[in-house]
Formats: sequence, structure tokens, C-alpha cells
Amino acid sequence: MTALLETKGLMAFYGDFQALFGVDITVSQGETIAIIGANGAGKTTLMRAISGVLASQPGAILCRGEPIGALAAPDVLAHGVAMIPEGRRLFPSLTVEENLLIGAYGRKLGGTWTLESIYELFPILRERRGYPATALSGGQQQMVAIGRALMSNPDVLLCDEISLGLAPVVVRDIYAAFPRIRASGASIVIVEQDIGQALKVASRVYCMMEGRITLSGRSNELSRDQIHAAYFGADRHELH
Amino acid sequence: MSFIDTLVQGVLLGGLYALFAAGLSLVFGIMRLVNLAHGDLIVLAAFLLLVLVTGLGLDPFLAALLAAPLMFGAGWVLQYVLLNRTLGKDVLPPLLVTFGLSIIIQNALLEGFSADSRRISTGALETASVGLGPVTIGFMPLMAFLSAVAVIVCLNLLIYRTAIGRAFRATSDDAVTAGLMGIRPQRIFAMATGLAMVVVTIAALYLGTRANFDPTAGPARLIYAFEAVIIGGLGSLWGTLAGGVILGVAQTLGAAVNPEWQILAGHLAFLAVLLIKPRGLFPRAVD
Repeated sequence: MTALLETKGLMAFYGDFQALFGVDITVSQGETIAIIGANGAGKTTLMRAISGVLASQPGAILCRGEPIGALAAPDVLAHGVAMIPEGRRLFPSLTVEENLLIGAYGRKLGGTWTLESIYELFPILRERRGYPATALSGGQQQMVAIGRALMSNPDVLLCDEISLGLAPVVVRDIYAAFPRIRASGASIVIVEQDIGQALKVASRVYCMMEGRITLSGRSNELSRDQIHAAYFGADRHELH
Repeated sequence: MSFIDTLVQGVLLGGLYALFAAGLSLVFGIMRLVNLAHGDLIVLAAFLLLVLVTGLGLDPFLAALLAAPLMFGAGWVLQYVLLNRTLGKDVLPPLLVTFGLSIIIQNALLEGFSADSRRISTGALETASVGLGPVTIGFMPLMAFLSAVAVIVCLNLLIYRTAIGRAFRATSDDAVTAGLMGIRPQRIFAMATGLAMVVVTIAALYLGTRANFDPTAGPARLIYAFEAVIIGGLGSLWGTLAGGVILGVAQTLGAAVNPEWQILAGHLAFLAVLLIKPRGLFPRAVD
């Protein structure tokens, strides 16, 4: 069966600096996977490459078997791959509702997510709809960022460090929305530094270090020691 | 001339300056591009109108309707093919390229139309006016002012009430993240410059019917446009109208004291606003 999204030997560069060294991941229809790793492991670079923000080799990223590695971000979105960028990156001159609406700019026809269903998912946003998006609390801003990405009715939702800088209780509230997102049929790729959170929501986990995948497997089959070793680098070669 | 009449004439003149400036303000607001050829593009549009009026015998207003989509297309192509390549972290390339474009336009117009001064005739409308007590309002200056208000209302509606307007603002905030929303910043910028060229065409209609123009008239128009934009606050369209009016009133007041002081008085008003409010009267909250 063809994977919904996969990377094959993906390499990425910032100028002369190589940030990814042959990364292979696979995401199946309706699956939630997590990519964990310490700061500088290459997780965000991987997200940027998949979403088309960072150029990569054409055949190194496939969506339903079609090469999308050389496509620009709007074309990647047209293939149904949407990203919630690290740091939320809301548009400060747009209101909450306008930020959500702009998410539908490149939307596919059909799909379950509308302004109304986003407000049902995060009711507080309905109350704050006319506020400038950046005037909201960090957690509410993250809800806007998630809602904005969902407005394109994606097949794959890339979530880059959505818990970063948020209080644990807020993170819990945000992750509480994920079963509903999964139920819409979207596959989810979560990039997290919080290993516990990642293992809780994802069925499979990839661990990255220094631009490489150092460990992969089903969340319920990986031991704490294995993850610890892959995350921090001990016995890296044995784990391959 | 009474003081009130002088003020009214200044406000009406300000409408023309706001028209000069609105396109500049739009382009700067969306892509932070300072187009040094803006004044020359107004003069180019005025010559296009002149050709349509004298060559085809069209009414100037009808000619402007015909020229507007042509100028939109020219602006779209100019931005997409040339100016988009200059945008980036370095502010120098767009300045250099638009400065070069300014020289090219001036010389091309000199070659094509000679250095003679021209004027677009509107027939009886040129002298039509309404007398309101001590104030006499010319039809064409009034039309210029009303057109400026209409242009700014329309641009504001477009920017704040439509999907393309949201895309303009989102791209202005963060072009990379806008790309993640399916927005193609290069096309949004081209659309913005196309729209600015439509405004340029309207400005050219009133420039050409109000006063003489020649191929080298662009840079002075650019200065007035700049001053109106900066007085009003960068990126604010209503501020641009206010800037145009302040400039126009200052010039007519200066001219009322001594005709030689007209231009100087406008520049002094500009400097005074800069001293008191360096970011202009109505700067955008987010820059």
C-alpha cells in the first residue's frame, strides 16, 4: 500500500550547512506519528522541508507516491499537507477570525472543517473572534494556529512544537482536541520535545538526532531506555 | 482671496496629492517597496491618456476607464517580472532598480513625445465651478478630491473586507507563513502593484487635466507623494489623505502670502510634522 506521506533519503541544507542526512519517515492514512528529539536535532528542518518552506530534492518527499520535494509551500498545501509552524506565526494585523479564514485561502473543495466546526472545537475562539490574534494568550494563539491549519481541510497535519512555551494544563487542553482532528480522517505528524506527550498521542515514534533518525518504532513497543539513548545519543549505533 | 477660500483650495489640492500618494502607500504598506519611479509612472499614464484623448478622440474620463486595465496589466507584469526579483532583506536593490526605471521612463517619453509641455483638455469642465459665498469650488479640483476619497474608501474596503485583502495583509505580515496558507506572495505583490497602477491612472487623469506635464514632471510628483505618505504615517491610507491635505493647505497658504513660497511652505509643513511626529500622524501599529 502506498504511504500517504513519506520521505526517502531526505537531505536539507541551509546554504552550505547540511541539516538533514538521509531522513526516512512514513505516514499512513489516518495515522498519528511523533518526531521527537532535542533542540537542534533537525525536527523543525524536517517539517520545513516537507511543507515546502525549505527546498529539497524532488523525489525525496512523496505524497501518495507523487514527488513533492521540489514544490513551493502553496503547491504542497494543494496536495493536502498543512503545517502549524513553530512559534505559531499568526498574522498580527488580522483578527482571530481573519486568521482562521486565511487558512482556507488555498483550501481543497469539500472536507469537514469550517469556521463553525473550528469554533465548536475551540469555543473560546468564537468569543475572541474580533480580537487581534496576537492579543490572545499563548494557548489561545495555539488554538488559532491549529484552527487556521485545519481550515484548509488537510490530509496531513504537521504540528511543529505546539506545546512549546505553554503551561502543562494548556498543553493538555490543546491535545484534548486531537482525537476529534484524527476522527476527521487527517493524518497527524507531531514534532515534540515532550517525550511523554508524544508517546501518549502517537502510534509510532521517530527519534532524531543531528539530522538523522536514530530510532523508530511503535510507541507501545519502545522502552524508556531505548528512547532515552536515542534522544540523548548514547549507544546510537547499536540502536540502528 | 479669502482665508476660507484658500483653505478650501488647499484641501482640494490635497486630494490630488493623496491620489499621487495612495498607490505609493499601498505598495509600501504591502511589500515595503519604495518605488522611486512612481511619479514617472503617473506621467507615463498621463501620456497614455493624452494619446487616447488626442489619437482616438475619447473623452478623458472614458480614456481613463480604458487606460486603467492597461496600466493594471503593466503594473502586474512589472512587479512579477522585475520588481519581485529585487525584494529581500537588502533595501538597496529595489531603490536602484526603480531609480533606473525612472530614468528609462523619462527618456523613453522624451524620445516619444519631445520635451514639450502637454495638457489633457476636458473642454468646458476645465472652467466649470460652483460659487458658495466667498468660496469658489472648481469642478475638476472637486472631482479630484472626491476621487481621492473614493479611491481610499475602495482600497480600505478591499483590504479589510475581502479575501484578497486578507491575503494582502497576511503577506505583508509574514510572506513565508502566508505561503503555508496557499498564498503566492509573488502574485499578491503583482496584484498590489497592478492596483497601484489603477490609482496612478486616476491620479494621471487629474494631473493631466489640471496642469501642464512633460516627460520630466515625475520626480516632483514623487516628492509630493512621499511627503503625503510620510506625513500621514507609512502604510495608512487615510493618513495618506490627511498628509495630502496638509501638504495642499500648506502650499496654498504659502502661495497666498507669496506665490514663490508655495512649494517651500509644503516642504516646511512636511519637516514640521516630521519633527513633532517622526512616524507620521497615523502610523500603522505593526511595522
